[in-house]
This record gives sequence, C-alpha cells and structure tokens, in this order.
Amino acid sequence: MKRTIPILVVLAALLAAMAVVNPFFLEPAGFLAFVKRAAPLVILAAGQYFVIVSGEFDLSVGSLVTVEVVVAARLIDGQESATWWVLLLLVAIGALVGLVNGLVTTLLSVPSFITTLGMLLILSGAVFLWTGGAPRGALSQAFRVFGRGDLGPVPWSVVILVVVAAAAVLLMRADFGKRLMATGDNDRAAALSGVRVARTRILAFVLSGLAAAVAGILLGGFAGVSAQVGQGLEFSAITAVVLGGVVLGGGRGSVVAAMAGAFSLEALFALLNLYGISGPLEYTVQGVIIIAAVAAGAAQFPSRLRAST
Amino acid sequence: MSGHGPPPVPTGERRADGGPPPGRRAGRPDGPRRTRAGRPAAGVLKEIDPTKAVYVALAATLLGGWLLVAIDGGDFLTTETIVGIQQRSAALGIVAVGQTLAILAGSLDLSVAYLISLSSLVAAEVMAGRDGAILPAVGAVLAVSALVGLVNGTLITRLRVHAFIATLGTALILRGVIDHFYDGPAGSVPVSFQSLGYDRIGPVPVAALLWAAVAVAAWVLLRRTRTGHRIYAVGGDPEVARLSGVRTGRVVVLTHVLCSVCAGIAGLLLAARLGAGAPTVGTDGGYDLESIAAVVLGGTALAGGRGGVAGTVGGVLLLAVLDSVFNQLEVNSFFKDVVRGVVIVAAVAVYALRGRKRRAA
Amino acid sequence: MSRRQSLSPLVVTAAVSVLLAAGCTSDRPPGATGATTSASASAGSGAATEGANTGEQSKFFVQADFDAQLAMRGKEAQGPADRPWEQAIDPKMVSTADYKKKAGDRHLCFSNAAVNNPWRQVGWKSMQAEVALHKEITKFTALDAEGKDDKQISDIAELQGQGCDALIVSPNTTATLTPAVQAACEKVPVIVFDRGVQTDCPVTFINPIGGYAFGADGAEFLVEKVPAGGKVLALRILPGVDVLETRWSAAKVIFDQSKLDVVGVEFTDGDAAKTKSIVSDYIQRHGKIDGVWMDAGATAVAAVEAFEDAGQPVPAIVGEDQQDFLQKWKQEGLTAIAPTYPTYQWRTPIIAALKILNGEEVPETWKLPQPKITAENLDKYLQPNMPPLHYAMCGCETMPGFPANWGGK
Repeated sequence: MKRTIPILVVLAALLAAMAVVNPFFLEPAGFLAFVKRAAPLVILAAGQYFVIVSGEFDLSVGSLVTVEVVVAARLIDGQESATWWVLLLLVAIGALVGLVNGLVTTLLSVPSFITTLGMLLILSGAVFLWTGGAPRGALSQAFRVFGRGDLGPVPWSVVILVVVAAAAVLLMRADFGKRLMATGDNDRAAALSGVRVARTRILAFVLSGLAAAVAGILLGGFAGVSAQVGQGLEFSAITAVVLGGVVLGGGRGSVVAAMAGAFSLEALFALLNLYGISGPLEYTVQGVIIIAAVAAGAAQFPSRLRAST
Repeated sequence: MSGHGPPPVPTGERRADGGPPPGRRAGRPDGPRRTRAGRPAAGVLKEIDPTKAVYVALAATLLGGWLLVAIDGGDFLTTETIVGIQQRSAALGIVAVGQTLAILAGSLDLSVAYLISLSSLVAAEVMAGRDGAILPAVGAVLAVSALVGLVNGTLITRLRVHAFIATLGTALILRGVIDHFYDGPAGSVPVSFQSLGYDRIGPVPVAALLWAAVAVAAWVLLRRTRTGHRIYAVGGDPEVARLSGVRTGRVVVLTHVLCSVCAGIAGLLLAARLGAGAPTVGTDGGYDLESIAAVVLGGTALAGGRGGVAGTVGGVLLLAVLDSVFNQLEVNSFFKDVVRGVVIVAAVAVYALRGRKRRAA
Repeated sequence: MSRRQSLSPLVVTAAVSVLLAAGCTSDRPPGATGATTSASASAGSGAATEGANTGEQSKFFVQADFDAQLAMRGKEAQGPADRPWEQAIDPKMVSTADYKKKAGDRHLCFSNAAVNNPWRQVGWKSMQAEVALHKEITKFTALDAEGKDDKQISDIAELQGQGCDALIVSPNTTATLTPAVQAACEKVPVIVFDRGVQTDCPVTFINPIGGYAFGADGAEFLVEKVPAGGKVLALRILPGVDVLETRWSAAKVIFDQSKLDVVGVEFTDGDAAKTKSIVSDYIQRHGKIDGVWMDAGATAVAAVEAFEDAGQPVPAIVGEDQQDFLQKWKQEGLTAIAPTYPTYQWRTPIIAALKILNGEEVPETWKLPQPKITAENLDKYLQPNMPPLHYAMCGCETMPGFPANWGGK
C-alpha cells in the first residue's frame, strides 16, 4: 500500500533517533518494552481506523476503556476463579457498546460525533454510579498477566498486539475491507453497488468497541485499577489514525498506517522524554505535528478535502 | 431587532445559495444538500422545527422540575435559582452562540475551552487590578481570540486541514502554551470589572444581558445580512455556494474568527466571575464538547447549513435548567452525566427522525 | 498518487526537528511568570537554597508556614484522644455568640468542590454519616460543583437563598472562590475546610496540619533510610495546585539539605500507567533507584510494581493511606511510610457548624492532627475488607453504615 509509506518513513526516523539517544532500545528487551507500552494505543488506533475509514468518529473509546477496567475490578474482586468469565464479559461489553453506537448512528441517523459523545457521558457516569464514585474491588493475578506478564521472552501484550494487528490486516483484505472502504468513500455509490452500508458501519463500531475492550484489559493489567485509565485516549487514538495519513471523512488510508501512526506517536513521546522535553511542550509538539501531517497530506489532494461531515 | 431590515440581497444570489428567507422563522435553507446514503437529506421542514421542539422541551423541563422539587419539599423558582440558571448558562451560552456560527458553516471548533482559559489569563494579567487597564485588556483579549480564530480558519481553508484536526491541534498548542507559562490562577481583575460577573438588574444578571447581546448580534448577522445567508449556503453545500459566487473560504474563516471572539468574551466573563485568570477554567467547564452538544441540542445540524442561534439559546437553557433541577434534588454528578448523554443523543435522534418522516410523507 | 507521499514525511520530520531544537534550549519552565494573585508569592525565596536537580523553589513556598507546620507536628493536640477529628492544635478560640440560635432544627448547607476522586468520595461519605449522627440537623443541602470554579460560585450564591443556618465550603480553588465566600459571610456563618480562601471572614477554617508537613514526613523518611549519595526519584501529580505544591516544596527543602541525589522530578497526572512507565524508564536509565518520593499515594502501587517487573528490590518508598498501598506494604514487607491528609477532616465541619449555632467557642484556625502511618502502626490501619482506594484515615470505623457505605464488606 503506497499510502502507508510516508508514515513508515516517519516511524523509522523516530525509531532511529531513539536508538541513537538510548542504545538500550536496540536490545530486544528495550525494543519489546517500547512495543509493550505502545500496544494499547496501537490496538485502539486499529479499532478507531475502522470507524474513521467508514466516515465516522468514535469518541467513546476512552471512557469505554475506563469502564472495562473498573467493571473488571469490581466483578473479579481479587478472586482468581472469576477471571475468565469476566474477561468474556468485558469483550461482550465492548462489542455491545460498539453495537449501540453503530445502531444509533445508522438507524437513528444521529451523527456519530454526537452518538459517541453521548456514549462517553453515559459510560463514564454509569460506571461510577454503579461503583459509588470510586473503583472498588481488585484485579486478579491471572487478569493482570495480559498487561504485565511475559510469554517466554515476549510480553503478553506484544503477543496480543501481533494477533490483533494480523486480524485487522486480514479483515481489511477480506471482502469486509472493500465494503468498508467503499462505504467511507461514497456511501450512496456503495449502496447502489449492493453494499449494506448500515451493517458495514455497525460492524466498524463493534470492532472499535472490541479494540477498546482489549486495550482496557491490557491497560488494567499493566498498571492496575485506576479511575482515569482511559482519560483522553479517544483523542490520542484519533490523532494516531490521522497521523497515519487516514483521512477523516472516510474512504482513504490503510490500517497498517493507522497502527504505525500510533507507534509514531508513542515513539515521539518517548523521544521527547529522552530529550528532556516533557510536560506542557509535549502538547504543543503534538498539536503542531498533527496539523502538519494532515496539511501535508491535503496539499497533494486539492479536490476532495472539504469534508465537512 | 425587528426594526433592522434585511440588506438588499440580489434575488438571484439568494436563490442560488439556498439562504433562508429573511423572515422571523428559524427555518432551514431550501437549497439542495449533499447527503450520504442512509442519512436523511435536509428535507423541507416547514411545520415542525427543532427550534420549537427545544423550547417545548425547555418548558416541559421547567414544569417537571418544578413538580419534582415541589414533591421533594423545595421551592424551585426562587430568585436565587432563576439567577443561578442564568449565571450558570451565560458563559456556555456565549461560547455556544459562536460555536453555532462555526457549525452552521459546516465546521466546528474544539479549541474554545483552551482559548477561554487563555482569554481569562490575558484579561486578568493585562488588568492587573487596575481600573484604567480594563479597556486595553478587553482589546487584548479580543485581538488574541480573533487571531486564534484566524489561524483555525486559515488552517481549515488554506491548508485544507479537517476542522476536527485543525482545532484539536490548535487546542493542544494552546494547552502547551498555557501549561508552560501558568500553573495556577494569575493576574487580577479590578472590582469594577467584577461587576460584569456579579451585578444584576432585578433578577437578570449583567452576564445574561451580555449573553443576550451576543445572541442577538449573531441572530442579526445570520438573518439580516448577506453574510448570514452565505454562512448557511456554505454549510449547506460548499460546492453550490462556490459556483454561485460565494467565496467559501472567507466565510469559513469569518465564522471561526467570530467563534473565537465569542470564546474570548466568555473568557472575559469568567475572569470577572473568578476575579483572576485561571489556566483550567475552560477545560474544567468542558466548554468545547458541551458547547457543541448545546448547539446540536438546539437543532442545528452538525453537518452545517441548518439551524440557528435561537435553538442554541434554548439548548443552553435546557442544559442549565436540567442542571438546576439536579442541583435542587441533589442528584449525584455521575447520574447527571448519564442523563445529559441520553438527552443529547435522544434529541438529535428525534430531529433526525422527524426529517425522515417529512421526507417520506 | 506518487507525489502525494513525498511531502508528508518531510514536513513531519521537519516539524519534529524544529521543535526538538527549539525545546532543547528551555529545559525548565520560567519560574514565577505572572501570578500576582497568590498573596504568598516569593515570600520564601531567600531561605531555600537552589538544589542541583530539584529545580527552582515553588512560588507557593512560604518559609514561615513551612516552619510553623514542621513545628506543629511535634505538638500535642487538644481534645478527645480517640476522636482526632475533634482535636485541635494550638487552638485560638473565637466567640460565636453572634451566631447563636435557639435550640431546635438546624439546616446546614454545603458547597462541595467535587467528588471526582477517591479521597473526596471517602470524605463525602464520612460527612454524610456525621450528619446522620445529629438528630437536630433536619435538613442538609449539598451542591456538587463538579470541579468547576464558576459553578461553585453560582452554587454558593444559590445556597444563600435556601435558608441555611450555616454554610460549609470546600473550595475548588483558593484565589477564585474568595469573592463568593466573602459575599456569603455577610449572610450566614461560613465554615471552610480542606483548601482555604484568601479572606478571614469565615468563622473557622478547618484542615489538618498541611502540605509542608506531608511532604516533609516523606522526605525525612527517605533521608533517614537511603544512604548518602543514593538516587531518589520524586513523583508529583501535576503542578500549580497549592496543596500539592507545598508538599513538594517542603520535600525539596529537605532534599537540598541532604546528601541525597534527586535524579528526577516527574509529573504523573495521577495516572498509574504513566507512573509505571516513568519509574521503569528511570530504573533502566540509572540502573538502580534508591528511594521514591511522592506527593500523593494514588499511584504508589504502580511505582512499586515497576520495580517488581524490573526484577529489582523495591527501595524505600513514600505512599499514602490508601488500602492498596498498605496491603502491598504488608505483603511485600516494604520499607515505606505513608504520610496522610486525613479524610476525617470531613467530619469536623459538621461538628463545628453545630457548635457555632449553639454559641460555643471554636478555634479560629482549626488545625487537626495529621498522623503518619509507619511500620509500627501499619496493622492498625490495614483493613483488607475495604476497597483498594479507600483511605484508612477516615475516622469512620465506628459510624453507622460502616463498612458497607464506604464500599467495604
């Protein structure tokens, strides 16, 4: 995919810069540690990609991640035996939230920006209504393994990331991917050529919900229960996808590029940190870069970018 | 406002750009709209419109709130609550009026929250407690905010950056700047300027009057000027607008400048309320997403081209009355979020459904 | 199609390099830019020495307050021994005869800054339980400002129309809530707790000893436990919050006078994942970290886990009185200390309000004791039946509804 090349060049440059500053990064352990840290955002970016390429937004993923972690802690409550059914439940919650987002957006014709903004409010309110304001309970060791433990020399989160990434690439190569692309590019034309547009979009939201569930499991596993684990992740995920050259409004960009965008974002933060530029300036850098990336992408694209939907 | 007649608009242009009729109705343009399959097209809605719906909902909420509070043993409509509702909605209301302009033109602005914080800081720093510095401070705030709007608009129109990304990027840049220079309240506002935030005439706070003035100005702009018609035209269909001779880029830039200036005015108001500039006042208030929510709650289409200021004012008041009812009943804040989320989605779903029914009929 | 991809990496790389270059010249944020409101600005600049790695002293630092708080730690508090929330250190009593009301029904009002974190949740539940203990309080009206200054200003104004006998305020921000509190003082007796306001019109201001004592407790512990030259990492939540700035500024004073090497001061945003990543980076960069100081314990367990995951022994660490940390401490036998900012202070304003309305004297500045949890008294505060983020110092164990109302079992 030719569109993927620019972001891969950027990622390579960033990784090279990191290796120069921090040689530990070249060792397998150092590199895997970086991938492990980036895994949740990369997975979220893959999920967000499906939604964006179909022409929509998903602003609810951040609060969904929080919900997943808080629900897991309360239901598991430290019992190892509860781990597995709770994991299944979390995946189901992710899919359900995505399904509701998709149904409201397509069947009720609510713009996805509003649907998922409403979902953001509902989820973050509901979960703390249920737990009485602050997280309760505790995660089990078996649950934490996915975000914290290793499978041999490789962290579990890296293994999960590879599986998710492979699945995402396969999905986009399959018929679904073509339908999704067509839907985002021009949904009327897609509908005329036999694509079930609504169903395709709903599935995209479900995939985003599932990605949030997996990201929640990894983040909860990595650092434990926290009330703000998902804060701001929706904007980070959208930023990452856009950084990968995926066009808001749909129809353009590859999932590999979206994930590379997430890696680049993480690499950039790590790099800024190594250079001692952390804190406030990080935001400024992030802001300049996403504008620059999108402007650069748009500069060669005079005809279609007034995507105001 | 009724004494101000519509400026002469060449009939041909008005028809071409699909602008609204210059009458009182907060209607929608009749022009064609680019649509996507599975979405309702902007139908010709003459009988029912969301602006009325939001005021009906507002009246119902007031009544329901009064009943609930009465059952709870309280008194809903005291002077304090009426003043409270206005004070609570003034800042959001001003931002939302600006946001309406941007959204009508088919754009949106996610940078308003940080701009509000920045404006409050600029105001309080320039004033530094001196009465004589009020005018320069107001001027500085308006200049800074207009500049931010100009940048947003230019990014969107010249560099063709999607409004979501452009204004998110600006928001991040402003955040970095604010956090870099400020880590707490700064500057101070003279007592005379604080009266903007605290004084009232009878049950009407000065802040609410300011909001009303901003809303009326925006209403006049949209309904009574050629520029207003162009805003609708560009939001309705930029291609058609361009073909009919509207310089769409300028219109979008202008709405962003006005949107940012509104955020600047809200920043001034909040500085008057707080007596100082505060680096987190904009984000704590959630003015970015909440102003967008209020606009769509008021019936303005997120895709642009349909809606108006009257609906937005209703949307803001509806949120404020809900808030006040929750306050009186001491509902916990998590439940409030759930209700807010449901209300916003449900309202937009109802508007969309109506549009579809009309079309089917 | 092919020309499209040529430009974007260039622009992005250019943007990165420009920003990196620009950023390198300013490692440190300029100190007191602006901020003319904080009455305490620059008062302490002469006393504290410039530390090598601890940066400039906070503009919130006031030497006299620092000295007073450190001295207060050693003083005996007056009041019932088993009820620290009724004790006061060095009380200077004021008459409340002006506010005395006939015995009978009381209507108390409360403007709460927020309930958006576990500390405030625990405190808020304790306050409600305290209200339930007093039959004479027939009405208790509480408004939650949801962390918004502007809403709290409106809330305070609105409460004045509700016929409150006394108004309790927990301000969201010190400077910005001052005018609203001043206005309220003219109508009802006002009680302020937790964060203060810049006016002495409230009848009483209640809080524990304070941030300097909190920060110093942790820093002194590290100075004692970590050998000279040891590397200490300081973790802060975020800059600019007065109650947190004082904690760090006190620790800074103590670290600067010690032989410890503060290798870094980082902001975590109170985020566990970020904390864990930062600590892992420091372990990797410095090989070994000998002590961790924190301005709040919410992410202490994440910091401990970073050492565990790196396969290193956990060094001396400062936490807080949250159960997850206390449990980890006990389980792993950590070398640790937990300074506290007790949530039992949420009980005191109710007690104070009733005293005021009965015309009984109250301390003008009601300083509550601020105990620290050490290896010796850890078992007393460890409550395995409570939620992980429950604060041990709630003083709520004997209240009706405990433990269920606080999320325990």
